[in-house]
This record gives sequence, C-alpha cells and structure tokens, in this order.
Amino acid sequence: MNYKVKIGCSIENLKEVRDFIRISLKNHHISDLEISEIVLALDEMCSNLMIHAHHCNPDDLFELNIHVEKNHPLVFELIDDGTVFDINHFATPALDCIVNEKRKGGLGIRLVKSIMDKIEYKKSGEQNVCRLFKSVNFE
Amino acid sequence: MIHIKRLQEDGADIIALIGEIDASSSIELDLAIAKSVGEGFNKILVDCGSLDYISSAGLGVFMSYIEEFKDRNIKMVLFGMSEKVANTFSILGLNELLEIGKDKAQAKKIVNEL
Repeated sequence: MNYKVKIGCSIENLKEVRDFIRISLKNHHISDLEISEIVLALDEMCSNLMIHAHHCNPDDLFELNIHVEKNHPLVFELIDDGTVFDINHFATPALDCIVNEKRKGGLGIRLVKSIMDKIEYKKSGEQNVCRLFKSVNFE
Repeated sequence: MIHIKRLQEDGADIIALIGEIDASSSIELDLAIAKSVGEGFNKILVDCGSLDYISSAGLGVFMSYIEEFKDRNIKMVLFGMSEKVANTFSILGLNELLEIGKDKAQAKKIVNEL
C-alpha cells in the first residue's frame, strides 16, 4: 500500500508528520516499538529538511511517501526542491564530542543511521528524492 | 506540544514533562532546566512518566548539560520512562551517560547517592 502527504516546512508541523506515519503503519502488523523507531528517524529527516533546506518556510512544501508491502523492507520517500542535505556525507559525531562541546545537535544523524538500513539520494528533474529503507518484522 | 510542570520535594526540583518533545518544543525543556539551575537547585529530577515522545532535539538538551552539571556539582536523574522513550535513549547509548531511575523513589535514592 502507498501513503502520501504534502507538508509545509514549519517545524510546528512535525507532530502532524509523526501522526501520519503512525496511522499509515498502524494496521500492518508491525510492532509498536519498531513504529516508534521509524517515527523517530523520519522526524529527524523531516526536521533537517525543514530547517536546513527550507529555513522553516511554511510555504515550501515537501512530499512524504510510504510504501508498505508485506515481507519487504518499508520504503520512505522524501521529495522536495530545496538544497540537498545528504546525511551520508556527514560524519556521525562521537558522543563524547557532543558532550564535551555541549552541543545540542548532531544526535539526529546518529539516530537515523542507527535505525534505517539504507539511505539513498537521487535527482528526478528539479526534485530531490531521498529514499530510506527499513526491514521490519511483520507479526 | 509539551507541557512542563515543576514542583519541589525534599530539596529536589522535579520537572515533569507531559506530551511530546521535538525540534519545535525542545527549547521549553532547555528553559525549564535553566530556570531550575538559575534558582540554585543542585538536585534535579526529571519526571518522564507522561512523556510520550522525545526526538534528538530533546535528547540534545540533556546532553548539553552533562559537562556543566559535572563542573557545578549539580545532580540530575530522569525517571518513569515508557518503553518507547527508554528505547530512544538507549539507541544512542545515552542511558550510559545520564542517570536514569525506574520511578521517583529510585530517582530520589540515586540523586542523594551521587
């Protein structure tokens, strides 16, 4: 099944994004814990996109697609036309660096890379497509 | 959307988090902790019993105080986390860097022993 939503780039909309993901995955026999991890990773991806690629402009829209097929990895697509923020090109900061430098950022990339299996970026015309893959246990 | 309540018990400041903490609301957690420190509390308990969700923005707030609290001898203990919230801390290994108790009684015991 496919689920699709378009969202304005205001971080006030993150709650709506999380609810959309929870509702989309709810009836596919995926454990609550796995859903909560996916929500966490996608929240990070969406907030990065809103903040870094669109400077929180609520008039800029991006698209989130979720593809669910039983016994296949889940596929999540983020489609936008902003500056590409490829997290594969960012080194994951060590935890002690974050503590020593009293940084509030840097944890998000670590979370996404820990939770998702694979993250791909590609250009489709004027649009950037970021695709995230996650294998789950269908109960 | 997060709602934060504060109360004091046995000389400790208890900060209760109700709702969800994400990039849009982590500033409120930061302000609540800063206020507690500003008022001179050196024992801070964070009640996560009604915390439904925390993103890295909220985790980052806790992380950013670790060094300062060590330098200033301020003790902070989190408690009452749901399984999902506890899992978020453990994915990053933050359960090793922060003091986390099961419930308020255990958190009080930990904060007094630190």
